[in-house]
Amino acid sequence: MVTPTPIKAESRNLNFYYSNGTRALKSITMPLHEKRITALIGPSGCGKSTFLRCFNRMHDLYPGNQYEGEILLHPDNTNILAKAVDPIEVRMRISMVFQKPNPFPKSIYENVAYGLRVRGERNKRVIDDKVEEALKGAAIWNEVKNRLNDLAFNLSGGQQQRLCIARALATDPEIMLFDEPTSALDPIATANIEELMSELRDKLTILVVTHNMQQAARVSDYTAYMYLGEMVEFGDTDTIFTRPSKKETEDYITGKFG
Amino acid sequence: MATPASVGSSSSLKNLAEIRAMIKRHKMNDTLFSIIGLLALMLGLVTLLVLFTDLILDGSDRFNLEFLSSFPSRRAAHAGLLSAWVGSFLVMMVTFIAAVPMGVAAGLYLEEYAPKNWFSDLIEINVTNLAGVPSIIYGLLALGLFVYGLGFGQSILTAGLTLGLLILPIVIVSTRESIRAIPVAIREAAYAVGATKWQVVYDHVLKYSYGGILTGVIIGMARALGETAPIITIGALTFISFLPPSPVTSEPPYLNFEWLSSGFTVMPIQMFNWLSRPDHAFHVNAAATGAIIIVVTLLMNGTAIYLRYKIRKNIKW
Repeated sequence: MVTPTPIKAESRNLNFYYSNGTRALKSITMPLHEKRITALIGPSGCGKSTFLRCFNRMHDLYPGNQYEGEILLHPDNTNILAKAVDPIEVRMRISMVFQKPNPFPKSIYENVAYGLRVRGERNKRVIDDKVEEALKGAAIWNEVKNRLNDLAFNLSGGQQQRLCIARALATDPEIMLFDEPTSALDPIATANIEELMSELRDKLTILVVTHNMQQAARVSDYTAYMYLGEMVEFGDTDTIFTRPSKKETEDYITGKFG
Repeated sequence: MATPASVGSSSSLKNLAEIRAMIKRHKMNDTLFSIIGLLALMLGLVTLLVLFTDLILDGSDRFNLEFLSSFPSRRAAHAGLLSAWVGSFLVMMVTFIAAVPMGVAAGLYLEEYAPKNWFSDLIEINVTNLAGVPSIIYGLLALGLFVYGLGFGQSILTAGLTLGLLILPIVIVSTRESIRAIPVAIREAAYAVGATKWQVVYDHVLKYSYGGILTGVIIGMARALGETAPIITIGALTFISFLPPSPVTSEPPYLNFEWLSSGFTVMPIQMFNWLSRPDHAFHVNAAATGAIIIVVTLLMNGTAIYLRYKIRKNIKW
């Protein structure tokens, strides 16, 4: 059993509609525990990425998408889906790592520093310190400390992904979202990222989408199984993987389906 | 026990021969097409090369500094290109200042800010069509709008603005295309760290697309340099033996804008003027001018290709 921690965020009756009218999420209610890793699993197209991208209002970038219901962020109880809440404010508090490493075509240093610059930080000393701290936090400092001014594209895929984690980390987010962070990486780079996530667990709350059940079992404290836009089952990872209460979950986990 | 496979039969051998014959037939098409393609390429390239060589040979007598530093004259051997190239240069300056900020801003707005609906589709179709409007139409528009309507007269300002309008669609289209080449993932990455739209545009979109934008601008300018019809329509002078007032002066405020309202001529018009003279000696001048225009155009396009290569080198996606 996982030691219980306070709830950092929770979605309540969340529905999501894409601009073409598709209802991609159906009344999803799920808690996100503080300083714990929650994994979203399910077959392709089940809405797990869509759900994840609600947490930083990524869907606002494309016209016509619609949220219904709420995602409450604690301790201040802000409904981050409310129209009155600026999506930029949400993204300042909740950062994201994407499926494919997507560093900016800038130097390693600038990639990590960008989030700070966006927040108006001008003091070079402060930025230097934060960049170093974030790169250390993302376990890539030793590999890049002597070439901070190199282009980020010169790094390997796994290094680029860790750089992206450093970029997301530099701004001290309350929650970090991972959208299938290892699907474009080889097994060794994947192991590195998974280890890194476990280290980050002490500092912040993590929500991770994965298509890889073993990964969910390895890294997460809580697991949610989604199917066709619905939350089929949520529970602590051990329970979900050993004694799921729903037949569908068991079928998916044992590989009979999906 | 499975029956052992027979070690090849005469029928499968026959099949193989047929397959080989078929591959051979299909490969004939490859050869055929590369020959046709090469011929098509050569037809265009050789024609251009012959024309260019002819111009150079015809005008070879006049390739000297005197040609560039003399005013037009009634005597062909003393006539020069000074007022024409200075005119072209000043007009291009106005064109650049008029078309680039406006074109880039319009392209950015259409791509990043404008809502996507039937109205923006309509604008998109219009902009693309504008690029295909015959240049003399722009000349007529400018005659009505700039020369008479706004009272700019037959000046460098009018010519520069006209050519600016002419290349505006080129600048807009190339701006949009280079912006579109930026992957969605990079944009999302910038938004995800909390950037506003303007921060994304300024810190990322513009920085990663300016190579492409610059290329479009230079190619547009090269086209404007050779334009004759709209400039004739607005009434450029064909025989000019003075220079517009210099834009920079030795006394404060050091800048002088009188040149904007000055009469002028440009290189293609000077060339046209010389060509229409019966005296063959003037045709030599025209040939030399033509060669100079082509060389400048080639240099501009070459610069565009070089810059694009150099800027794109650091960006991979």
